[in-house]
Amino acid sequence: MGRPVNHDHYPDAYIRAILGEAKVVAMVGASANAVRPSYFVLKYLLDRGYRVHPVNPGLAGQEILGCRVYGSLAAIPEPVDMVDIFRNAEAAAAVVDEALALPTPPKVVWMQLSVRNDEAAARAETAGLKVVMNRCPKIELGRLSSEISWMGVNSRTISAKRAPQLKSGKFQKLGLRQTFEGSD
Amino acid sequence: MADRAPGFATLAVHAGAQPDPTTGARATPIYQTTSFVFDDVDHAASLFGLQAFGNIYTRIGNPTNAVLEERVAALEGGTAALAVASGHAAEFLIFHALLQPGDEFVASKKLYGGSINQFNHSYKSFNWNVVWADQDDVSSFERAITPKTKAIFIESIANPAGEITDIAAISAIAKKHGLPLIVDNTLATPYLIRPFEHGADIIVHSATKFLGGHGNSIGGVIVDGGSFDWIKSGRYPFLTSPRPEYGGIVLAETFGNFAFAIATRVLGLRDLGPALSPFNAFQILTGIETLPLRMERHCANALKVAEFLSTHAKVAWVSYPGLPGDKGHALAQKYTPKGAGAVFTFGLKGGFDAGVKLVSEVQLFSHLANVGDTRSLIIHPASTTHRQLSDAQKTVAGAGPEVVRLSVGIEDPADIIADLDKALGAV
Ligand SMILES: Cc1ncc(COP(=O)(O)O)c(C=O)c1O
Repeated sequence: MGRPVNHDHYPDAYIRAILGEAKVVAMVGASANAVRPSYFVLKYLLDRGYRVHPVNPGLAGQEILGCRVYGSLAAIPEPVDMVDIFRNAEAAAAVVDEALALPTPPKVVWMQLSVRNDEAAARAETAGLKVVMNRCPKIELGRLSSEISWMGVNSRTISAKRAPQLKSGKFQKLGLRQTFEGSD
Repeated sequence: MADRAPGFATLAVHAGAQPDPTTGARATPIYQTTSFVFDDVDHAASLFGLQAFGNIYTRIGNPTNAVLEERVAALEGGTAALAVASGHAAEFLIFHALLQPGDEFVASKKLYGGSINQFNHSYKSFNWNVVWADQDDVSSFERAITPKTKAIFIESIANPAGEITDIAAISAIAKKHGLPLIVDNTLATPYLIRPFEHGADIIVHSATKFLGGHGNSIGGVIVDGGSFDWIKSGRYPFLTSPRPEYGGIVLAETFGNFAFAIATRVLGLRDLGPALSPFNAFQILTGIETLPLRMERHCANALKVAEFLSTHAKVAWVSYPGLPGDKGHALAQKYTPKGAGAVFTFGLKGGFDAGVKLVSEVQLFSHLANVGDTRSLIIHPASTTHRQLSDAQKTVAGAGPEVVRLSVGIEDPADIIADLDKALGAV
């Protein structure tokens, strides 16, 4: 293991590796309400080709955007690469412990914008997981692909490399690109 | 790996622009198109529902304009930006997002004359009511605040006299009263002043001036600082109430710290329509690449010209905060260590007639109503832009009969001074 991760500031390379490697995502706290942020993120992750399993005990057995909703992480019938947590910081700790107790724990625990729990993060990191807190995967994918720049948002990246187009062949979908990080 | 944020000059060249993903074009292409094809019906629905990032129609967004937006957001240290057809359009969309009919905002008396007109007259049609305060007496901003106040508006370097505003002091008042502070950063540009670092919440630019810098394109930019908590305030329904046009989305919840910029785009620009031409965006972007170089030269030249004028027999006074004796010099040392800008005024001992004579005698200076061009510009406000005001009003606006405004260009300083010297000789 290298240096401990600084949760106040993630290098682009750290986030890019996580989002580039994950294929299957469990979304805890997914909502069926089409104007909630979690719904936006679920739809966007599906659009970009991730397989997403929503987790919400109140909606277990139903579907959101064609995905079957599970009552708990343990109920998902396959191992997941990443758990994306749309719950408050206190509830997030219990979700992390649930993830660590899975027969095949995820490789990544991700807490949404405004959610941060350093004790839970430390437990996950001790168990060898990567942790991201207080970030949104939709925004990070938008930043690192430069898609978010179409909305005038400051991606805080610069690059002389072009973004690859995704294999889907769609016009308005870009892959993750290399960015300049002037390291000291 | 500890990473380091790129410097200002690097951002001025690169921010927002990468090689074009389809052609590899290195300069930013001018996407001169009204519309963009959807990948499929679902993609169209996602775009209209604000669920996907992407392009629909150039009145709402355009990839050339988007590069300009991100570039200015990066230079200012903001979260996001919106480029629009002019500086005035940018001001209008900001207030449209903040004010309801009957609301008030407090503005400094020392502003670009066009903004004074816009606030005093045009905004009355919307029942948006300006209350004026005096930036030389910062406490006047606090006294002007009422329960109906929704924002405070100032210029970082005030047009026409080039006075520097104490942004941090006014920001403290804005914060105390839970109000967003809007700063017009046109004359300073982020190269000289970065208002977010002094407590501004929203920045507005007339990109027509130093950002574009070549006097060839009108444009405006709104920058979101991401610092104002709209949800906590609860006084800005545009951002915090469910929007029926978008299926009940609450913009401040969905877009977090760039919600203001998104609101001015998806409600303001979409519905009111002052879209920037992609060609103008391209021109302004090209200008911004040399912003640090130009501003350095503009400021160095302006200081030399101000020094020359301050000792000239026909000049009564010079108002340039870069001069050690100026009443704004302490503010200049705090806010503009790299230079006090290039727009300022001076007074002629010969009064009105001398002003009229001077603008007709100059040969290198262009007599016109703009600032922030590579070329040196001159105007005598009392006979032109401020002609319709009474003498008393002219004096309050810093446009008394003897006042001449310069926007010092990037020509050889010796030539700029020689032109003024010769013209002054004929006055
Ligand atoms: C400080 C300032 N703000 C706003 C404006 C208005 O900008 P525009 O002419 O691009 O509408 C100007 C134009 O002179 C200006 O100088």
